Amino acid sequence: MSLGVRDTIEKLGSYGTGGLGYVGGLGYLGLDTLRWMLRGLVGRPKLRLDALSFQMVRVGVKAIGIIALVHLFIGMILAFELAPILEDYGMLSQLATIIVKAVFPQLAPIFAAIVLSGFAGAAIAAELGTMVVSEEILALETMGLNPIRFLVVPRVLACIVMLACLTLVADVVAWAGGLLVYTAALNLRWREFYDVTISVLVARDLWVGLIKSGFFAVLVSLVSCYEGLRVSGGAEGVGRATTRSVVLSIVGIIVCNMILTVFFFYFWPAQA
Amino acid sequence: MTEPQESIIELRGATKRFDGRTVIDRLDLAVMPGETIVIMGSSGCGKSTTLRMMIGDYLPEEGSVRIFGQDLTTLDEAAMNALRKRFGILFQSGALFNSMTVADNIALPLREHAELDENVIHIVVKMKLELVGLRDFEHLMPAQLSGGMKKRVGLARAVSLDPEILFYDEPTAGLDPIATGVTDTLIRDLSKKLGVTSVVVTHDMASAFRIADRMAMLYRGELIALGTPDEIRASSDPRVKQFVEGLADGPIPLRQSSKDYAADLLGQV
Repeated sequence: MSLGVRDTIEKLGSYGTGGLGYVGGLGYLGLDTLRWMLRGLVGRPKLRLDALSFQMVRVGVKAIGIIALVHLFIGMILAFELAPILEDYGMLSQLATIIVKAVFPQLAPIFAAIVLSGFAGAAIAAELGTMVVSEEILALETMGLNPIRFLVVPRVLACIVMLACLTLVADVVAWAGGLLVYTAALNLRWREFYDVTISVLVARDLWVGLIKSGFFAVLVSLVSCYEGLRVSGGAEGVGRATTRSVVLSIVGIIVCNMILTVFFFYFWPAQA
Repeated sequence: MTEPQESIIELRGATKRFDGRTVIDRLDLAVMPGETIVIMGSSGCGKSTTLRMMIGDYLPEEGSVRIFGQDLTTLDEAAMNALRKRFGILFQSGALFNSMTVADNIALPLREHAELDENVIHIVVKMKLELVGLRDFEHLMPAQLSGGMKKRVGLARAVSLDPEILFYDEPTAGLDPIATGVTDTLIRDLSKKLGVTSVVVTHDMASAFRIADRMAMLYRGELIALGTPDEIRASSDPRVKQFVEGLADGPIPLRQSSKDYAADLLGQV
């Protein structure tokens, strides 16, 4: 075997084992987080509700504006792009159907999660990374306080709760974006758009989006916490962790969405 | 005849390696209750690693580390956490939680480990801040404090649970001479007032001689001297002499590289 080929195979092997190690570490963090969450629910030791509410404001409330802006434009873009095609088929009245079916189970949870990864995920990775560098994590441990319980649990819980809320906000705003184009640009009546929405919107559209948002929130928050907690090498390490947390979160969201979409296709398919 | 006193911290044959490189080599050291022991040595001699082994952050590959008679290598997480409530640590940077006020930093161990009423916690926080002379600073955030103040708040936090042992990691590093003097006085006062055992890791010689009851000097992971400040000052070991007097020339080399310089430049090693 030539040196180049062997080198390539060795590199692939090392990436493979590195990747497996990463997933293993993430899984371990996830299980440990779940353990501390369950212990928190039965009150031994109790959940840190003040930290949870602080993180919920930071992760969710402050992101509402950006989420609303992004989804207003997503709704408008979809409407502008699809309106001429639908008109050709004589189905312009069905614009609301397309908006609802594309946004509620797919676009809203995905884009809300991506905004979350850039908005909160990066901040979490940077914050925890800085805490590692400034020995704050070690200080916690030496006070007999578990960093998973103390730092990771409130962040993961806050992301789960707030991403669900943000996804609902995204649903409504993107729909409103579609409605805006429908009435203001296409000069059609809002009542038609509304009636079509009511007739096609089913619980499944909302639930699928919310279930996905739960998975994405766990993914983004765990990746960010994991990247932050394993920082080494000072300020440069913190920068690297921040970038990696966003990149890995976005890739993870898309991969996870693919798996969930296939799952729903077989077990809970969309219906006309 | 009095019974020999039992040590509160005991390292026996403790060895620590990183990536095959031995950083601490079969270290034997016993710390007696109530004393202030200073562990000193040049950068990279293993003094911080020794401290980390004592607080259970690193476990030795060989040998044992015992605190209050318990072997750290055999403890599970819960037992280790219970043990950690009995000692406090002042980190080099203070390691204050930047998202919390000074008062919340000090109150944190109390809130988590002691079932106290908030009013009582507030009083204890004031008392601890008074110990370090910063009672009026409780509402400030760590970012609003100077380096010396951060260390003093870190010290107040370290003593919040009334520990039996206090560990100090380079308590005077980066401080001006006055702040150094204040910190030294604080360390002496705290061990006298609270009767705690203190382990101080430092390479600041002036400070070390001011606060130590006994001094231990490490060189390349080995203990090369142990004694009272007077004994250390009078030591005939040239390495100890060089370090204590801060001499550039002596058995402790400036250059850490073992390769031949010329051969290294020519790429022959």
